[in-house]
Amino acid sequence: MPTDAAPATLNAPMPFDRARARRDPVPPVRRGAAGGWQDRAFERLTQGFAVLVLATLVAILVALAISAWPALDRFGLGFFFTNTWNPVTSVFGGLAPIYGTLVTSLIALAIGVPVSFGIALFLTEMAPAALKRPLGTAVELLAAIPSIIYGMWGLFVFAPLFGDHVQPLLTATIGRLPVVGTLFQGAPNGIGILTAGIILSVMIIPFIASVMRDVFEVVPPVLKESAYGLGATTWEVVWNVVLPYTRVGVIGGIMLGLGRALGETMAVTFVIGNAYRIRAGLFEPGNSIASALANEFNEAADPVHRASLIALGLVLFLLTFIVLALSRMLIARLAKGEGTRT
Amino acid sequence: MSRTFASLLFASTVLAAGAAQAVDITGAGATFPFPIYAKWAEAYKQKVGVRMNYQSIGSGGGIAQIKAKTVDFGASDMPLKAEDLTAAGLVQFPAIIGGVVPIVNLEGVAPGKLAFTGPVLADIYLGKIKSWNDKAIADLNPGVNLPAEPITVVRRSDGSGTTFLWTDYLSKASPEWKQKVGASTAVAWPEGVGGKGNEGVAAYVQRIKGSIGYVEYAYAKKNRMTHAAMRNRDGQVVQPDDSAFQAAAAGADWKGTPGFGVILTDQPGRASWPVTGASFILMQAKQDKPQNALEVMKFFDWSFANGARMAEELDYVPIPGPLAKEIAAAWKAQIKDGSGKALWN
Repeated sequence: MPTDAAPATLNAPMPFDRARARRDPVPPVRRGAAGGWQDRAFERLTQGFAVLVLATLVAILVALAISAWPALDRFGLGFFFTNTWNPVTSVFGGLAPIYGTLVTSLIALAIGVPVSFGIALFLTEMAPAALKRPLGTAVELLAAIPSIIYGMWGLFVFAPLFGDHVQPLLTATIGRLPVVGTLFQGAPNGIGILTAGIILSVMIIPFIASVMRDVFEVVPPVLKESAYGLGATTWEVVWNVVLPYTRVGVIGGIMLGLGRALGETMAVTFVIGNAYRIRAGLFEPGNSIASALANEFNEAADPVHRASLIALGLVLFLLTFIVLALSRMLIARLAKGEGTRT
Repeated sequence: MSRTFASLLFASTVLAAGAAQAVDITGAGATFPFPIYAKWAEAYKQKVGVRMNYQSIGSGGGIAQIKAKTVDFGASDMPLKAEDLTAAGLVQFPAIIGGVVPIVNLEGVAPGKLAFTGPVLADIYLGKIKSWNDKAIADLNPGVNLPAEPITVVRRSDGSGTTFLWTDYLSKASPEWKQKVGASTAVAWPEGVGGKGNEGVAAYVQRIKGSIGYVEYAYAKKNRMTHAAMRNRDGQVVQPDDSAFQAAAAGADWKGTPGFGVILTDQPGRASWPVTGASFILMQAKQDKPQNALEVMKFFDWSFANGARMAEELDYVPIPGPLAKEIAAAWKAQIKDGSGKALWN
């Protein structure tokens, strides 16, 4: 800051008037006056926080890549496409956990998104006023339950019920159909990829439902009422007016849920069975990246084993990036479709 | 303001000085001996006042932590070989002996009624025997009503010394297992669902009908699980209890093996339990924290002398007296502080 400048104002710099400065010497700086160093300091501070977040992200990525290098160097890109996990001979290939993570998250979305949509729809359009507040609170409380409680509930309550009653039913009915039937095969013990997917869906429903409900509520009533006035049914209003208006929020909510499902550890590790296998049947045990890391990282004394686990962590990190990028692309494409952005 | 500050400063120095008196010792490692170490720690705290904090994170974790010097001692069910000990600068000694038992969940089968042999267990875990009423199992158990249900194999998902003992025994019993899978704290299991920790395996076997798993005997006993009997090397069908574990440990050559690293699976003896093992403690040979090391040795010395009854209550086998003397001699010879002076006397 030049020492002979006029006292701080936020305006454009004025040319220095020496004569005037001699006539009116520098008046004392008034604190709290229009801006000054406080604003600049605040700006730098918040800028620093933002840069810190970015730097942390980059640092994590670099640390993961460096630690995973021994495994990637030894196994090459084939690490991500081979299914083998042998700590005795130190040969590792991460396809099974990657597959398990993707499949359980997809199942969680497939169940969670329609249910969340239904919850949000009910809460905004159809619920009687007395029911809105308690139901909304109940949904939010579900989000507050720690994930290990979900894991324990899944193992001790859900898995036995599912294995004893639902799984044999599914195998006997849908399991008979030609193509879809192969998905519903496997020993009915309640432990497996489908169970993990269902528990994940219960965990992500509150997130997606809350976000959807919040964005549904901010739709301007005039839009909905115009549609109602034209004779549209509730469903047509929701599908043709509310959803397009709120699509950014809805997709954001879904991506939030997907992000949680991809990284969920404790709930999954209790019920997924921790088997390095890829089978078509959803009742079979499998493994997920977070579950493999939680189980094995502590005891992985072998450097190649440890590097392989960190390589799996790197995959998860990159998967989240890809999901985020896809969601942005989806939003951009939808915006293009309605002509607001080219 | 200065008076408050001064009094706070005084209080904190008093507290700090007070805290320096009671050294808490930390250990981490095997889940196998966790029940008995916890019991000893509680009794030791009451009698002597020093707290021992043990985290059962698994043998591999214990080895990693003691190598990194983040704990005062590590615990491992798998003994390290002599060259690994010298390379890492560690001293190893056994602290307790126990057994690993197979557990089953079969309707109508009481604890101890079902009998297995090593080769049959290896075939079950390899996935070659798929059904409970398979001929191999039926031949061993003529009077038992075995259903025509598929066997769900349960094993560990994390690295563990219990797994090491189990796979070591299966490797000795079945050449196919040894060639295909091998023995270690974590292996590439051909079959089965994985539970985390002894607790995880016990939970799975209790939930899933028609399942078989393996846990350390104290867990099976505490959770009242249906354990199975086994036929040992001498052809006798034995039930797991501390006399069977003691029989297995009886013939071991502790002194002759470097680092006391004797593996007690498949030992000869009419009453021996096939899957017995000792759990080992690892300490740094050259100590940065001599006071902590001394407290660790005092803790184990006290436990060897006074903890036998507690160990037997949990169906472990305590270290016999002569072996405890050998261990004390090893402490004196091998554990030194920074200047090379022996810490134990």
